[in-house]
Amino acid sequence: MKANCWMGKNNVQVRNVPDPKILNQRDAIIRITSTAICGSDLHLYNGFTPTMEKGDILGHEFMGEVVEVGRGVNNLKVGDRVVVPFPIACGNCGACEAGATSLCENSNPNAWIAENMMGHAPCGIFGYGHMTGGFAGGQAEYARVPFADFGPLKVPEEMTDEQVLFLTDILPTAYMGAEMCNITPGDTIAVWGCGPVGQFAIASAYLLGAEKVIAIDNVPYRLQMAREKAGAITINFDEVDSVPTVLKELTGGRGPDACIDCVGMEGTGHGVQFAHDRLKQMARIQVDRPIALREAIMSCRNGGTVSIVGVYAGLIDKFPIGSVMNRSLRIMTGQCHVHRYMKPLLERIQKGEIDPTFVITHRMKLDDAAEGYRIFNKKLDNCEKIVLKA
Amino acid sequence: METSQQSGVGTGLTDGGFTKRKASAVPRALPFVPAGEHYRPLNVRRGGDGLANFLGWFSLGLGISQLVAPDGVARLIGLRPTERTRSTMRGIGMREVASGVGILSQKRQADWLWARVAGDTMDLGLLGRSATNDRNERERTTAAIFAVAGVFALDLFAATQVGKRSGSLVQGQPDDNGRRPGAGGGDNFEEYAKNSRANGGPGNYRGEEGGINTGLRNDAGKTKSGLRMTTNTITVNKGVEEIYDFWRNFENLPRFMRHLQSVKVLGNGRSKWVANAPAGTTVEWEAETTEDRPSELISWRSLPGSQVHNAGTVRFRSAPGGRGTEVRVDLEYAPPAGKLGAMVAMLFREEPGQQVHDDLRNFKQVMELGEIVLSDASAHKGMHPAQPSNKPVEMKL
Repeated sequence: MKANCWMGKNNVQVRNVPDPKILNQRDAIIRITSTAICGSDLHLYNGFTPTMEKGDILGHEFMGEVVEVGRGVNNLKVGDRVVVPFPIACGNCGACEAGATSLCENSNPNAWIAENMMGHAPCGIFGYGHMTGGFAGGQAEYARVPFADFGPLKVPEEMTDEQVLFLTDILPTAYMGAEMCNITPGDTIAVWGCGPVGQFAIASAYLLGAEKVIAIDNVPYRLQMAREKAGAITINFDEVDSVPTVLKELTGGRGPDACIDCVGMEGTGHGVQFAHDRLKQMARIQVDRPIALREAIMSCRNGGTVSIVGVYAGLIDKFPIGSVMNRSLRIMTGQCHVHRYMKPLLERIQKGEIDPTFVITHRMKLDDAAEGYRIFNKKLDNCEKIVLKA
Repeated sequence: METSQQSGVGTGLTDGGFTKRKASAVPRALPFVPAGEHYRPLNVRRGGDGLANFLGWFSLGLGISQLVAPDGVARLIGLRPTERTRSTMRGIGMREVASGVGILSQKRQADWLWARVAGDTMDLGLLGRSATNDRNERERTTAAIFAVAGVFALDLFAATQVGKRSGSLVQGQPDDNGRRPGAGGGDNFEEYAKNSRANGGPGNYRGEEGGINTGLRNDAGKTKSGLRMTTNTITVNKGVEEIYDFWRNFENLPRFMRHLQSVKVLGNGRSKWVANAPAGTTVEWEAETTEDRPSELISWRSLPGSQVHNAGTVRFRSAPGGRGTEVRVDLEYAPPAGKLGAMVAMLFREEPGQQVHDDLRNFKQVMELGEIVLSDASAHKGMHPAQPSNKPVEMKL
């Protein structure tokens, strides 16, 4: 089959690889009909996420048709159309029983690597390096899906691929980011990053009752989408001296009630601090560049919530813990527990409360994945979200 | 407008993803460390450890410099390089390398540190004589004397500290009476518990159950290099009885212990174990069950005369709040020398703790899922990309 493989920094290639096979009894093989490139794939593309091997198949946002099931899968049959959550989760362990599927205790065969780097291990993830299990990803013609009786959600016939594809990751991730803010009526929410997760975080904050949402980015077409499609007030951080000051101005001096970091480890900014962070990241002294996170903390109102859904991988410097502690901030974060959001969000899409297709700007062939990564990474051609078709 | 509580999405999990499950009403055994008691590690780290290692590396570094560049070292300490200084320097270099290797090997560490103390004394004598020789640079030599005196003090301190630590459970060094841990009649864990009770008052949890119940104490006289020990624990989302029953049948162990090929139960509490060893060979031993308390613990040990000495205890406890069962494995093993030593090192990898931990994680998967989860990368040996393979699966399922 054809699959998009990571071949080194800024180098992905669609190559011929063996077809996937059933390895565990609860596996299913899916023929992929639609898959997407995620912002977090760019962290791999840019070489910032450790434990990648040349030849790793990328992709954790995919859906398709079941072509084979293991003998332990009783709820799916060949021909079913399913959308697959990016965290691999068993459904049997303590974390899964508690609904925290991205913390599944059984799905990461390389848990020892993660334990050494992080203390404890998170779940396995499709196409996201070896620390998260070493699973082949879904930017391919076929994929093996472990625990197929627990993860994949059957899609109603009348819904299109594009309507449901983002249930795999970015819509639930953004929704959880907003949910962690414990929004109450009248709240103002600030969202850093107007990539696809940022757009959905704005929309989710409104769905959950926010009075107004302020979005921060420096890419004009993304800010335009945040205004026009998601309804945010937008700030271009290139145009202002200090984002926290502007946020004060827009909130009567209080600061936003909650801040959502949808940027993660490759944040950009200005000045000495940014140059210093970038230098340290290049020298591998710190893994992550926490520009957005620092700003979010400094901006948040006293006693407010900072919600982190942008991906961080390792260590950061100059974390303003004093601001967090003395101002009673609450930090909420996590890889999304996608499983528990898929069905309710599918219902919201069905009811017309949200139409996730608004972020799609590019539809490409799987064969053109390399070009897709290039334009998405460089933010060329007004690229917001790319869907790849088999 | 809706709030998150009313939205119906996310089941109200706004605490970061965890809802507390209902506590079970089942009465449970005491936890491994009961409330109100102090945790005391078996593998006690005391001062002197890091220093001894530092001195070991220092010895090795200095010795190699003296062997490779005797003239350079001589000039550094103010001596004029001659044939005689060169050979003296090489001799001292060999001595330094020997004590460095000795200290770092951790066997009879105290003796090697005392050897360093003696060596320092000799060096001070030699340097003192050189300092009176006009052909040498006196300032440099005097500086060297002060440096050696400083190292002498460190060596002396480390040697006395490591000496005090003798009788350590882990290193298996002789205690003050020359008795090795586990040797005839002395149960380390009981003694340890007694000591810790004396020091820390009642209730040392290790003392309550006495570590590994089998001990190698009856045949430990045969082990030359002392005992090593590793402790690992994991929580399994199943009831105590089910887990105990599974483990009690030793023939199940190869399903989750990566290096075990088979275990055959022979009856009378005895079993025969076969493990994979390097180059496609195997190593075998017989073991006996020394204690078996249903739903609580199982202890085993290899029989005297086995190729591979090991003993273990697995304990089971209901995790608090109905969160499954805590499984704790204490493994004690005596790495024998030579060829078998290599096999055992492989058997437990370099780091036996990691190996047991991996096996316990596999155990959890076998109990909770009925099989071991494979990824594209983990299904085959060695590093390779995460993509499907046409090769057959090499790992246990």
